[in-house]
Amino acid sequence: MSYLMIFIAAIFVNNIVLSQFLGICPFLGVSKKMSTAAGMGVAVMFVMTLSTIATYLAYHLLLVPNQLEFMITVVFILIIASLVQMVEIILKKVSPDLYQALGIFLPLITTNCAVLGIAILAAQKDYNLINSVCFALANAMGFTLAIILFAGLRERLDNAALPNAVKGAPIALITAGLLSMAFMGFTGIGH
Amino acid sequence: MDNQSLNNLTRGIIKENPTFVMLLGMCPTLGVTTSAANGLGMGLATLFVLMLSNLAISSVKSLIPDMVRIPCYIVIIASFVTVVELLMAAYLPGLHAKLGIFIPLIVVNCIILGRAEAFASKNNILQSLFDAIGMGLGFTLGLTSLGIVREILGSGSLFGWSFVGEGADTMLLFIMPPGAFLALAGLIMIFNKIRGVAK
Repeated sequence: MSYLMIFIAAIFVNNIVLSQFLGICPFLGVSKKMSTAAGMGVAVMFVMTLSTIATYLAYHLLLVPNQLEFMITVVFILIIASLVQMVEIILKKVSPDLYQALGIFLPLITTNCAVLGIAILAAQKDYNLINSVCFALANAMGFTLAIILFAGLRERLDNAALPNAVKGAPIALITAGLLSMAFMGFTGIGH
Repeated sequence: MDNQSLNNLTRGIIKENPTFVMLLGMCPTLGVTTSAANGLGMGLATLFVLMLSNLAISSVKSLIPDMVRIPCYIVIIASFVTVVELLMAAYLPGLHAKLGIFIPLIVVNCIILGRAEAFASKNNILQSLFDAIGMGLGFTLGLTSLGIVREILGSGSLFGWSFVGEGADTMLLFIMPPGAFLALAGLIMIFNKIRGVAK
């Protein structure tokens, strides 16, 4: 599979949020404003790529040679949690500006199932290192695209007159459903 | 059973239902509920992990230093998830294949870490168990009802038992991704109406 196809498939055809349902919590939680949504997207892109590299190395250098593949969940979540903590500490020291922008999102990312999900999927699909990185980056871009589009729609919805029963969670879910329907239009590309 | 235990047990089912009120654990909720059986299986697997992790965390809470409590909770939860995953692969291979990636992802289900942090780390073992059973049942209830709605509308069957003729036109949309969002939105509206939130 060419790298371009990995990107197109992950961003549009099998969008991580809208068709695979990974990372729904931040998608619904931090999408009230476009600027915070973009911040979350960039933070996820950063962490997802780094963590996929780290978990790839751990899986192929540590778990597979010792036949410990069943420990994948425990080891991966520990790596991701410590990596997020480390990124937070390093950013604070090296680039306070970036830390200001991404800081509040970093702790949330540990429990973002998209990060762990992509790391596990990359291991299951037996990708090599470069393919894994492309896969992670492409999916993170898909996440960013989805959350920014969704935040844009929700900003407009703030001004709409809605019945009480639909306010809050239901209208957010209906909007997400319509967005997901729009992305279904990409089905079939790449076959 | 005294009042407090009863309250801990029932809170998760209606008042703080994780699916319909708290909107926690949305990834498995939307991802696996293409049929009622899948929803029930995922709900029970989560209930099982939640019970074990609440029990374990409540019993070792005084040994864990406050600074590193979250990593400790995550390791405890991840171990139980691994147990469930291996058991499921051995005894229910069909369900294991259908739930796929969402089984290891029980680790990052916010309900489990949330209950560990908000309840099990502060209460005794028995109350933590009641809390876990209540929350787990509430989650199972949410997933199963979403699964039932999507399966009836999308495949014209219930728990695999089909009640429409061969080749009938069912609303396929509901077993595809957009249907998950729309069906959950509808159920939350109904649940809000029942709870008397919306006028």
